[in-house]
Amino acid sequence: MKLYCLSGHPTLPCNVLKFKSTTIMLDCGLDTTSVLNFLPLPLVHSPRLSKLPGWIFKDGTMNLEKELKECAGRVFVDSQPEFCLPERELLDLSTIDVILISNYHCMMALPYITEHTGFTGTVYATEPTLQIGRLLMEELVNFMERVPKAQAATCWKNKDIQRMLPGPLKDAVDVWTWKRCYSMQEVNSALSKVQLVGYSQKVELFGAVQISPLSSGYSLGSSNWIIQSHHEKVAYPMDQSSLKNSDVLILTGLTQMPTANPDGMLGEFCSNLAMTIRAGGNVLVPCYSSGVIYDLLECLYQFIESANLGTTPFYFISPVANSSLEFSQIFAEWLCHNKQTKVYLPEPPFPHAELIQTNKLKHYPSIHGDFSSEFRQPCVVFTGHPSLRFGDVVHFMELWGKSSLNTIIFTGNDGRQRLNTGCAVSRLGDDRLKDSFRTVLSEPDFSYLDALAPYQPLAMKCVYCPIDTRLNFHQVSKLLKEVQPLHVVCPEQYTQPPASQSHRSDLMLELQPPPMPYRRCSVLNLPFRRRYERVYILPELANSLVPTEVKPGVSVATVSAVLHSKDNKHTLQSVPKPPPAPPSKKRKRVMEEPPVVLAPKPLLSGAVPLEAFLTTLQKHGITEVKVEEAGDGHILHLQAEDTLIQLEEDGTHIVCDNNEPLRATLRDLVLRFLQKL
Amino acid sequence: MPEIKVTPLGAGQDVGRSCILVSIGGKNIMLDCGMHMGYNDDRRFPDFSYVTQNGRLTDFLDCVIISHFHLDHCGALPYMSEMVGYDGPIYMTHPTKAICPILLEDFRKITVDKKGETNFFTSQMIKDCMKKVVPLNLHQTVQVDDELEIKAYYAGHVLGAAMVHIKVGSESVVYTGDYNMTPDRHLGHEHVVCSAAWIDKCRPDILISESTYATTIRDSKRCRERDFLKKVHESIERGGKVLIPVFALGRAQELCILLETFWERMNLKAPIYFSTGMTEKANHYYKLFITWTNQKIRKTFVQRNMFEFKHIKAFDRSYADNPGPMVVFATPGMLHAGQSLQIFKKWAGNEKNMVIMPGYCVQGTIGHKILNGQRKLEVEGRATLEVKLQVEYMSFSAHADAKGIMQLIRMAEPRNVLLVHGEALKMEFLKGKIEQEFSIDCHMPANGETITVTTNPSVPVDISLNLLKREMALGGTLPDPKRPRSMHGTLIMKENSLKLVSSEQALKELGLNEHQLRFTCRVQLQDPHSDPDTLHRIYTHLKSVLKGYTIQHLPDGTVMVESIVIKVSSSAEDTNAKVLLLSWSYQDEDLGSFLSSLLKKGLPSGLC
Repeated sequence: MKLYCLSGHPTLPCNVLKFKSTTIMLDCGLDTTSVLNFLPLPLVHSPRLSKLPGWIFKDGTMNLEKELKECAGRVFVDSQPEFCLPERELLDLSTIDVILISNYHCMMALPYITEHTGFTGTVYATEPTLQIGRLLMEELVNFMERVPKAQAATCWKNKDIQRMLPGPLKDAVDVWTWKRCYSMQEVNSALSKVQLVGYSQKVELFGAVQISPLSSGYSLGSSNWIIQSHHEKVAYPMDQSSLKNSDVLILTGLTQMPTANPDGMLGEFCSNLAMTIRAGGNVLVPCYSSGVIYDLLECLYQFIESANLGTTPFYFISPVANSSLEFSQIFAEWLCHNKQTKVYLPEPPFPHAELIQTNKLKHYPSIHGDFSSEFRQPCVVFTGHPSLRFGDVVHFMELWGKSSLNTIIFTGNDGRQRLNTGCAVSRLGDDRLKDSFRTVLSEPDFSYLDALAPYQPLAMKCVYCPIDTRLNFHQVSKLLKEVQPLHVVCPEQYTQPPASQSHRSDLMLELQPPPMPYRRCSVLNLPFRRRYERVYILPELANSLVPTEVKPGVSVATVSAVLHSKDNKHTLQSVPKPPPAPPSKKRKRVMEEPPVVLAPKPLLSGAVPLEAFLTTLQKHGITEVKVEEAGDGHILHLQAEDTLIQLEEDGTHIVCDNNEPLRATLRDLVLRFLQKL
Repeated sequence: MPEIKVTPLGAGQDVGRSCILVSIGGKNIMLDCGMHMGYNDDRRFPDFSYVTQNGRLTDFLDCVIISHFHLDHCGALPYMSEMVGYDGPIYMTHPTKAICPILLEDFRKITVDKKGETNFFTSQMIKDCMKKVVPLNLHQTVQVDDELEIKAYYAGHVLGAAMVHIKVGSESVVYTGDYNMTPDRHLGHEHVVCSAAWIDKCRPDILISESTYATTIRDSKRCRERDFLKKVHESIERGGKVLIPVFALGRAQELCILLETFWERMNLKAPIYFSTGMTEKANHYYKLFITWTNQKIRKTFVQRNMFEFKHIKAFDRSYADNPGPMVVFATPGMLHAGQSLQIFKKWAGNEKNMVIMPGYCVQGTIGHKILNGQRKLEVEGRATLEVKLQVEYMSFSAHADAKGIMQLIRMAEPRNVLLVHGEALKMEFLKGKIEQEFSIDCHMPANGETITVTTNPSVPVDISLNLLKREMALGGTLPDPKRPRSMHGTLIMKENSLKLVSSEQALKELGLNEHQLRFTCRVQLQDPHSDPDTLHRIYTHLKSVLKGYTIQHLPDGTVMVESIVIKVSSSAEDTNAKVLLLSWSYQDEDLGSFLSSLLKKGLPSGLC
């Protein structure tokens, strides 16, 4: 079994598992942190951005001022933002049989894989994952296509030039493979390859492997995948009860924010918001159009009245805002028990329905159109993209950045540490997990300082409230102790403390045996020895078996059978009886035909007890037996028959000349005392 | 031989109070727990004393599964769980779990509050009963216990209706509940475009299918819809009132969508009403469970929710006396009680009016009577009611017709079919058809009658990979029918595990010593040659007789046939009298025995 690691991002994984002749891609995350190297795409002309000076080499030898702009001491690429794709050279991606998606954030690279690699397989995801993933992709495409940029900067990617650039551009990896955003057509084609699965649904792959998604509690429809044959179990990433006895556990997407209590952070979020509004400022919350926003809205729903914010307008702006809010209400079956109960009443599971009904929350597809006429300040705006490089958020940054009355609140994790977030590892145990279910726990991230860099200098207040309830290291260690997988595989970032906090040994995974770390382009040979396979014994054969008890509670039966193997399924059936031998003309020769051995004799075990054996001999008319002790056993001399039987602990030797019937009798008598295997 | 037993307590050669007991692999399952609309006495509920005479049912049932929210499938549930006594799990889908308690409460109100019956379940009992419900998701494999697993499939009958696959080991049963193979305006499965219900080719031992429309092959749905609209339209045109008795959820929504679009298109003004209470709530359920509706509705729900009707208003009982034409959807669907019956009584005397029965009516209900042409009715013991209004029957109930049932059998490929939820005569006809077309047994037990089907499950065993690989390398993947290669191993049975390993490995794993059984046999032979020559002559002889065996002439003066050792010595007195010493182990017993008797006969003279 082999694991190919195509993404180094611990929270946006893309791994390929080769297991029992199937090739399975686990998630298809798109590393969007690459866009931080680009200038923001403004929706309306921004004089500030267009006046940024071009960047020139100190010695003036090269002029890249058309491609590179400088802002507050950092250099940005002036071009359509590009994404860092999963590695495509490590193995032939057209050989992938299936792609398993854990949650909607981890499928954003799907069109790149399914449309441009010769992929012919199937993608498996739950319905909420597909629907919300589609919305996020649609939004991404919309953000990019709304403000097309004629220029595609490529010169800076030249190796010789790149290494002369200041960081972080200098250190960006594989810049030549970075790609622009896909088109809606590619999204539709990619998503048409998705086959929907429900939680705990078992799907057979080629009869060899069974895959099954289990609720992970991370986001609407998010799953942990169990990949198993009858005897091997790979868990990715995980769920406690069904994780037991896994052979290999592939672990991604942990949080590393042990100090940030999510509930406390929600409180801090609300109080910062209220303070800004009371002072007459506006609040900007960069967010994805699905996920944490549902939590934030639910939290605000309880908070608005008590904080006296009843008249403050809340805006949610995204090309898919309406769809996202509507979709969140129809997946009751995927929600926690409390939310399900609401649907039975029937009431919408999320309270943002009421916020919309009472006009407290308004949603718009973009800042253009109705929004521009209905917009009132001070207000709270939720909008994307969290990278602050494209989407409506760019407009608000330009609009509000200059005033210290305004506040921007980040709810994602701090990407600088590259520690956190990602896919589906979550709280312990399915039930507890569902009760504490908080639709989405965090966004895959951007360092907020990096995100803000092209807007510097900035007067706006900046607050950072990471909301993440994914498992932290302490919880994982505890969980692993309970489920005891044979091997754990995880991104290398988890095996050492973050560079900035090298003394924090609690911020890493310490396991016995140590976990196997991976990085981008790693190929791991998973130490995995298959020892058993499932085979079905057909009823006829099963009925003919004669079990004998060899130890208390343990029986054995010898089996002789014909093996049939088809589609990786094996069955055993009775050996057909040989057709009766054709009557031979030369009768004499028949005697000389060697025996046709259909079944070899079984192995024997046990010992022949002397007294009992003598009694048995007597019953068969053999009375004149002289017993001599010899070595470990006895020699029995059957005087009348002139035959010797040597009985020992682990062997019996019958010496018998010229008396075939007697030999056969003695043989059968000895066999009575032995077990056959 | 293992057996599966099926006993209908209700719905055996009948429609109503569906309740079927299944025993499979030592597990007992109750499928549905319904009430009968045609009875008001004890026969209303299934006879649970069949399960046990005294005491609670918990010890006798491993689980209860409810296929959908219609009362003839879940109406006896609180009675069973709270009054007879059952505390185990009750499985149903989320929409069923949401809607079922509301219908039960309505049923209770009509029975207790209106008819004044006592000894009936209470509101609290309904609540307590629902606490025992475990929700099921489509296609989710639910492990009821270590051995029993169930999986729900889309049935397309009403919102949340499910078929269920019940499996213990390699034995399995599929129960369809009520299902519909024709996709309609509001239900349809994402898997398939051409049919509503869908199931894997799961090859169950028994398929328990409903057979409401066992003999009907319905004309195209489009025709029926056109016919329906035409009749409604004509009646409205001549100023008549149209009553459509429906159940609150299901066909009601389907027909509402149909009329809504027709009214919109034809720009009609006559009011359409939907009887009180349930309407809005019902439509709300459809909105929240939109993932259970069909592709088209799901795709467009963000822009326009199909369940927000413009033309259809809530009904007030005073409207019934309003002059002028109107269309009223009223519950219940079989005219056996409630608002639909009240309106019917009001309107029955006028021949301009019309009642359209869109679904099946159980025997004993007014609906059933008027459909059979009865024109004079005794309603609740009062004076006879003259029925003058036009009575139309139009089958919109979402049941599979004969074609649909055959289609499902083709999908699932069962080894036996068992028909329930239908009328005996019609079942008989379908049974014949099924047996003829699929050459499988078809059963149609009456209530209380048990059908036993013997199953022949294969036994799953873990084979050691070494043994399997060795065998596959030797035998290839396909066995040669002319020369069957058999593989040999030892099956170890320990607790619940079955392992097939090579005999050597079995000894090792069980910590057993091997016991060597050997035989030595001396054969006297006259052969006038030197000992080495004799040995060589034996070698040559055996070579010619034993084709396909390993025979070696070893330099230490022995001949080995497989592992049988042959040595030659001669007596001191007579060098021609040879003594052959044969020694073999029990594993070569057949060959050893053969050789000893072969060599006793001497060597043929022609040997060099």
